Amino acid sequence: MSLIIPCPHCGARPVQEFVYGEIPVVPDDLTDPDARDVDRAFMRANPEGPTVERWFHAYGCRRWLTLERDTHNDEIFSAE
Amino acid sequence: MNEFMERQVKLTWHEPKASYDVVIVGGGGHGLSTAYHLATRHGITNVAVLERKYIGGGNSGRNTTVIRANYGIPEAVRFYQRSVELYQRLEEETGRWIMHERKGLLWLAHTEAGVRAERARARVNTAFGAETLFVTPGEIKEIAPEVDLTGGGQWPVLGGSYHPQGATARHDRVNWALAEGAMERGVHIHQRTAVTDLLKEGDRVTGVMTDKGPIHAGAVVSAVGGHVTALGRMAGLRLPIRTHPLQAFVTNHYALDFHPIVASMSLLFYASQTARGEMLIGAEIDPQPSYSYRSGHHFLQSCAFRAMTLLPFLRRLRILRQWTGVCDMSPDYSPIMGKTGVENFYITTGWGTWGFKAIPAGGEQMAELIATGETPELIAPFALDRFARDRTLADRGSAGTH
Ligand SMILES: Cc1cc2nc3c(=O)[nH]c(=O)nc-3n(C[C@H](O)[C@H](O)[C@H](O)COP(=O)(O)OP(=O)(O)OC[C@H]3O[C@@H](n4cnc5c(N)ncnc54)[C@H](O)[C@@H]3O)c2cc1C
Ligand SMILES: [Zn+2]
Repeated sequence: MSLIIPCPHCGARPVQEFVYGEIPVVPDDLTDPDARDVDRAFMRANPEGPTVERWFHAYGCRRWLTLERDTHNDEIFSAE
Repeated sequence: MNEFMERQVKLTWHEPKASYDVVIVGGGGHGLSTAYHLATRHGITNVAVLERKYIGGGNSGRNTTVIRANYGIPEAVRFYQRSVELYQRLEEETGRWIMHERKGLLWLAHTEAGVRAERARARVNTAFGAETLFVTPGEIKEIAPEVDLTGGGQWPVLGGSYHPQGATARHDRVNWALAEGAMERGVHIHQRTAVTDLLKEGDRVTGVMTDKGPIHAGAVVSAVGGHVTALGRMAGLRLPIRTHPLQAFVTNHYALDFHPIVASMSLLFYASQTARGEMLIGAEIDPQPSYSYRSGHHFLQSCAFRAMTLLPFLRRLRILRQWTGVCDMSPDYSPIMGKTGVENFYITTGWGTWGFKAIPAGGEQMAELIATGETPELIAPFALDRFARDRTLADRGSAGTH
């Protein structure tokens, strides 16, 4: 379904106005600096379930927001 | 698969054994094709395919079935050309009617940069074994008279590329043909069997844990589509995959014959006609990473509008159905196949929005890798370690849709 993101500044807006900002989660036990760089650049947590993510409202207020969303069914819990 | 289909398709079910030579996780096209090629090319039949729902219930039964080799980089052109050729022989080989139909694919350009890209595509394709020609607007009109060359006044068609081998096939029939062919030779397929963990001895994978108990295996292959991150985690791997929904829809019956597959570089939609006469239309992924199978009105509105811009006859049709699959998107828009660094654990993923066409060659090559232990030359560039080696295979312009 087209996701509607409740922007705290602009109200409910379609996801197409936003840019997704991946929050890299490089595991602590990865210690080799090169391996950490590769992980940060390419590897994805890709969680299925409730997750916290960052979105940039590119075609709106041009501010970042933090979204709590369940990636299993796109239910949104909070946006700030 | 319902009872009616089970009677039509000759599948025989078994109780799971305690161990197999090879366990394949995921009964989509890639898992089934790997099993089929292990059995037919290498005589390896002590194989099980474990599918948590029903075979073909994932993306392999939800796609828009475009088969083509007109990719933008040499490694991809060679690989997909192999798959296009295997598809052309698949009916004869399996003795099953998969409704394979050669249609030709037009990829339209609406900007000067787009025209350059289509010229480059034609060159790269020709150089690496796929047939693609640059075509002028006049030639486009001959191949697809339905196209409005003015693009509704806003998206003029300035040129394009034509790929005569572009084809479609009935997705379910492809899945079933491979499943039957594998089963006939002794492969077991277990539906409603979910893999919940991997069995390990030290760093080696020795089998899988399922919701029906453990199964030991000499080799385990992950072919689980958009759910690969979970499988990777079981093996202790982090993967460069993000899962995105991809939607498509069909209209009611269009009485006239619409022969080719038509795609647009700028408008990011593509259309073809099914054997039933429906117009089948798809586009790019939803922007949010998600495992949600919900379809939405926004997609219909936006995609239908773009399609009608180039194919005005669509205005007279009605939308019948829409649906969604969840796609394993890789950062460079190329697939990931081969060894993983974890002993006995193999992977085929990153099929994103474009892996249906790859089912025959993907399975053939994965089977060769498992049977011989050596990565075949055709898929060596697509190895998982390409990201760490700084050898990514960027091809978004060719793989963003269909
Ligand atoms: C709308 C849409 C249109 C598309 N159009 C095209 C197109 O025109 N041309 C093209 O080439 N490609 C297209 N694709 C892409 C193509 O469908 C896929 O890339 C391809 O089907 C992938 O096959 P697969 O076998 O890897 O995955 P899937 O077919 O998704 O199979 C994976 C299977 O694994 C099972 N599974 C998952 N987790 C587990 C577990 N833990 N245990 C057991 N089983 C599990 C799932 O239930 C599923 O059946 C499209 C996709 C979509 C969604
Ligand atoms: Zn805003």
